[in-house]
Amino acid sequence: MSIKNNTRSTLIYTIAAWTVSSMIFFPILWTLITSFKTESEAISATPTLFAFEWTLINYSDVLSRSPYFTHFWNSIVISLGSSLLGLLIAVPAAWSMAFVQSKKTKNLLMWMLSTKMLPPVGVLIPIYLLFRDFGLLDTKLGLVIVMTLINLPIMIWMLYTYFREIPGEILEASRMDGATIGEEIFHVLLPIALPGIASTLLLNVILAWNEAFWTLILTAANAAPLTAFIASYSSPEGLFYAKLSAASAMAIVPILILGWFSQKQLVRGLSFGAVK
Amino acid sequence: MATTNSRTLARFMLLPSVTLLLAWMIVPLCMTLYFSFIDYNLLVPGDKEFVGFLNYEFFLTDPAFFESFFNTLYLVTGVLLITICGGIGLAILLDQAIWGRNYVRIMVLAPFFVMPTVSALVWKNMLMNPVNGLFAHFAIWLGFEPIDFFAQMPLFSIIIIVSWQWLPFAALILLTAIQSLDREQLEAADLDGAGPFSKFFYIVLPHLSRAVTAVILIETIFLLSIFAEILVTTSGGPGYSSTNITYLIYTQSLLQFDVGGGSAGGIVAVIIANIVAIFLMRLIGKNLEG
Repeated sequence: MSIKNNTRSTLIYTIAAWTVSSMIFFPILWTLITSFKTESEAISATPTLFAFEWTLINYSDVLSRSPYFTHFWNSIVISLGSSLLGLLIAVPAAWSMAFVQSKKTKNLLMWMLSTKMLPPVGVLIPIYLLFRDFGLLDTKLGLVIVMTLINLPIMIWMLYTYFREIPGEILEASRMDGATIGEEIFHVLLPIALPGIASTLLLNVILAWNEAFWTLILTAANAAPLTAFIASYSSPEGLFYAKLSAASAMAIVPILILGWFSQKQLVRGLSFGAVK
Repeated sequence: MATTNSRTLARFMLLPSVTLLLAWMIVPLCMTLYFSFIDYNLLVPGDKEFVGFLNYEFFLTDPAFFESFFNTLYLVTGVLLITICGGIGLAILLDQAIWGRNYVRIMVLAPFFVMPTVSALVWKNMLMNPVNGLFAHFAIWLGFEPIDFFAQMPLFSIIIIVSWQWLPFAALILLTAIQSLDREQLEAADLDGAGPFSKFFYIVLPHLSRAVTAVILIETIFLLSIFAEILVTTSGGPGYSSTNITYLIYTQSLLQFDVGGGSAGGIVAVIIANIVAIFLMRLIGKNLEG
């Protein structure tokens, strides 16, 4: 009786969960499908899910008629560049807060997190003017700098939580054995901390890839990453749904795949430790 | 035991981060504060005189400010309502023993990883367009008049798009919280003959309260700064009907080049965000201790 009951409730929950999640996922699925349709099929009054003539024409059109690769490359440079630069600055800070704690550590960490809560419009004009005066407008370097700074608090925070999980005794043992600080970091700490560092890198690449305030405001034709390039499809001429879908698909699929690997880090990184 | 040596080294290692974040926070913020008290328009060179609180007066008494203030309020509360209610439902559903749970999780989580400009344009054109959008086709098929979403209900349309983007975040955080619920409590409630509703209201919901608070505060911080979704769909229009404070400041600063007015608006936005941030910081502080 009870087993039968369980199977039945499992079945009901399964159907409900699949229905709801398919609805949530549908806009993405629809984008992917439309990207393989012809433009006239994409706006057809009788939309089809699979029964249409699949074509790759939109992908070749987007790639050949627009500087898609330039923007794709910009996205890679900006997201990866800012995350790597961020790691370089954040790892030492997180290490020192996690292992050499003082009374001020907690306040310092809280202050760092609080900088993330500053609304971008609060510093919009100064950043814009500084960028203009230093010739950083529409440059990849400029965006790498901004992106590093806005994600630095999250990086430090994530690394801190990962480093705190490393038992201090391991470090003490290595010190007993006479390891120098350098050896301690590179031979003991880094190998244990590497998964945490990789996760931090992953989440920050995703966040930087999708950032759409500063990228829209500080870039034009040269340094625009995909967020800004796709925005240019908002004022189109003529038929364009299939091309919009193809351009969008190429912009989101790589990050969707990375995203599926980073579910856990998402909770850790973006909940600021307010949820355990 | 940290030696004096390692303490010095630790300070040294903190230095770059602290300096950079301090500079990033203080320098531009002081500049914004300074600009907010002078009459400065990029189109009118040379004219930079101190005007006291005049910029604030203009910004705060502008009818556009009222409209965008309430739009911001509606946008944030609307998205919070949808994502929290939907998120709790999803979290409970995903917590059950279901077949293919991993695939379900992946599908639910996916919208969060779609860049804002893509989600906004896909929804605007392919789903909500009154002529060629899927919703329009569907409405006609059912025999209804298609809705012209962005003309008839611009703000609500943006609320839907943003909710779609943030629902996965709420669901994931709440699911994490639900999974830490003590199962024995639920079993005990079962033995006492509690129905699903009383279990939900007396056990699950109280357990989730902290996570819900966290989601509300974190989302609010990000939702106050919604920008790309508005830029690529309505550009704040028609009129100011879908302009939020962030977008209003953007138009004043970079489209009208009114540095003084835009800066005053920026300071106002910082104050509003700080009110939310104070509560969030308290919550984080509590958890850091415990």
